[in-house]
Amino acid sequence: MLSSIRTVWLVFLHMFKKRVTIEYPEKKAYLAPRWRGRIVLTRDPDHNERCVACYLCAAVCPTDCISLQATEDENGRRKPEYFRINFSRCIFCGLCEDACPTYSIQLVPDFEMGEYKRQDLVYEKEDLLIDGQGKYHGYNFYRVAGVAVGVKGKGEGENESAPVDRKKLVP
Amino acid sequence: MQIIFYIAALVAIVSTAMVITRKNAVHALLYLIVSLLAVSVIFFIMGAPFVAALEVIVYAGAIMILIIFAIMMLNLGQASEKREKEWLKPRTWIGPGILAAILLAELIYTLNSFSPSAHEQAIIDAKDVGMSLFSTYALGVELAAMMLMAGIVGAYHIGHEKQKEYHRYLQKEEKL
Amino acid sequence: MSETWIHILIIVCVLLGMVTIAAGLIYVERRMLAVWQERYGPNRVGPFGIFQVMADMVKIFFKEDWIPGFVDRKVFIVAPTIIMITTLLSFAIVPFAPGIVVANLNVGILFFLAMSSLGAYTIVLAGWASNNKYSLIGGLRGAAQMISYEVFMGLSLMGVVILAGSFNMTDIVMAQKGMWNVVPQFIGFVIFFIAGLAETHRLPFDIPEAESELIAGFHSEYSGMKFGMFFVGEYLGITLVSAMTTVLFFGGWLGPSFLPPIVWFLIKMFAFILVFVLLRASLPRPRYDQLMSWGWKILLPLALLNLLVTGAIVLYNQ
Repeated sequence: MLSSIRTVWLVFLHMFKKRVTIEYPEKKAYLAPRWRGRIVLTRDPDHNERCVACYLCAAVCPTDCISLQATEDENGRRKPEYFRINFSRCIFCGLCEDACPTYSIQLVPDFEMGEYKRQDLVYEKEDLLIDGQGKYHGYNFYRVAGVAVGVKGKGEGENESAPVDRKKLVP
Repeated sequence: MQIIFYIAALVAIVSTAMVITRKNAVHALLYLIVSLLAVSVIFFIMGAPFVAALEVIVYAGAIMILIIFAIMMLNLGQASEKREKEWLKPRTWIGPGILAAILLAELIYTLNSFSPSAHEQAIIDAKDVGMSLFSTYALGVELAAMMLMAGIVGAYHIGHEKQKEYHRYLQKEEKL
Repeated sequence: MSETWIHILIIVCVLLGMVTIAAGLIYVERRMLAVWQERYGPNRVGPFGIFQVMADMVKIFFKEDWIPGFVDRKVFIVAPTIIMITTLLSFAIVPFAPGIVVANLNVGILFFLAMSSLGAYTIVLAGWASNNKYSLIGGLRGAAQMISYEVFMGLSLMGVVILAGSFNMTDIVMAQKGMWNVVPQFIGFVIFFIAGLAETHRLPFDIPEAESELIAGFHSEYSGMKFGMFFVGEYLGITLVSAMTTVLFFGGWLGPSFLPPIVWFLIKMFAFILVFVLLRASLPRPRYDQLMSWGWKILLPLALLNLLVTGAIVLYNQ
């Protein structure tokens, strides 16, 4: 009985405390940089697409919402022909970001993507691709990879020694 | 006042007739409640507001709700309605109907033979009721109180449950 | 002739005023609950969200009024009207200020008790007519709860009646000129308020609806304005019990003369309405058997004892 009255009194005191509500459309809640929201495809510092269409993201996706098709340009550089994410199925788990070997696919702190039609939630490559580098600056996969696809010559990458001339490789 | 009395009386008679003829038990009870309310209006007009209020509180409010409570538990469905329909054939109700009609005729005759001073507006309030209950009718009150006491003791005895000491899984099986 | 017109005016004012207050409580309750839970509550529609009431009303009026095929149609339709009618009728005997009372009955309190006991039918019939297990259980619980708590409600009020020597509400208010009844009848006040909570089946005693176990209980099958009637009926019940507490225990319209009597009445009434909301915000729902045993084993003896002591003291002083 007394404890009930004490409860009532303590609840009454909550009247004088600060409200915890964030009034959303006017005030936005703080989202951490690593918050898992809308998925984007980023570009490398040379403004080329980072995505090499390795299918790892599609393979790891637990809801199978990523669909893409690989193709190659004239230099032999791989890129997706189309890249489609169905956000009505996506659960924003971030596994695609973990799986991506080139930091291409990234989850950014943005959740305001409501739509009236379900079909509008299917994002194509044009919708996903952004101009910047996202969370990881200065990384360029083809500058550290061995393969030459028009970005750099053979042996000109970072931490890459020049190719061995097999005619001079004598003991 | 006269008109209100006749309206209330008509409502009471019609609703009571509906109580008898309804097939669905809950519908019949609802008409009975309406009938009780009409009777309480009549009490009020006749100058007994205390009894009118008690009629609503005790009969319409408490007793009828208990009866509805019981009928709700019985879960009467279509089958009982059909059975009720079979029971309400003219053959079954003509006998009681004739007897009731004789009683009604007698009642009307006796009411007519009385002088019409029955409509005296002497308002009997709670104090008068209390005074007469505890002086003239003290014996009746005491008897009713004893009966209620017996009812309480009986209900306690029926509802009394032996305190179980163990959880039901831990209890020993009773030997047959 | 003019007296008749004034009387009709009073009736219309009480009727409209009470229904408006009951509808406004939708907003007040949500806002105050939010305040006690450190939120804002509805604050979008109009200044401070005050037009939330209109929005809710418009919504509930235009919802589909669906009567399921398996219900008992007539009883299903009648049930929600009972609570509105009985509660509005009860307001007839509440004296808001000197002279502002619809019916100055000499059995005022008994009329209030009679109407509140008829109000129990709304739950029982709604629960039965819905033809649904959960609704039926809600109806049964509601019937048991309301019948039990009517007993204590009546007994707790008899102390006040003994002190005033009358069932008339205006006489009871006038008898509190020297001292409000809450001082000599404190136990009666507490029991009446608890019984009032149970009678209006408000939280923490909302056992008939208990949304977490019975899925809104007796009104699970209702929709549209029929549901709205239950809703408004509940708020009317809160207003009624608050008004009755004010009249019976807190001196009705009496108060220092710098404010008109009706304002004093409304201030006290709204204070009790806020207490209702505060109790909803803070207390958990007891179990059904706890509620019943608490009522019969604690409140009933207390009410009888209170009645006995009050009667003895009044007799001794005579």
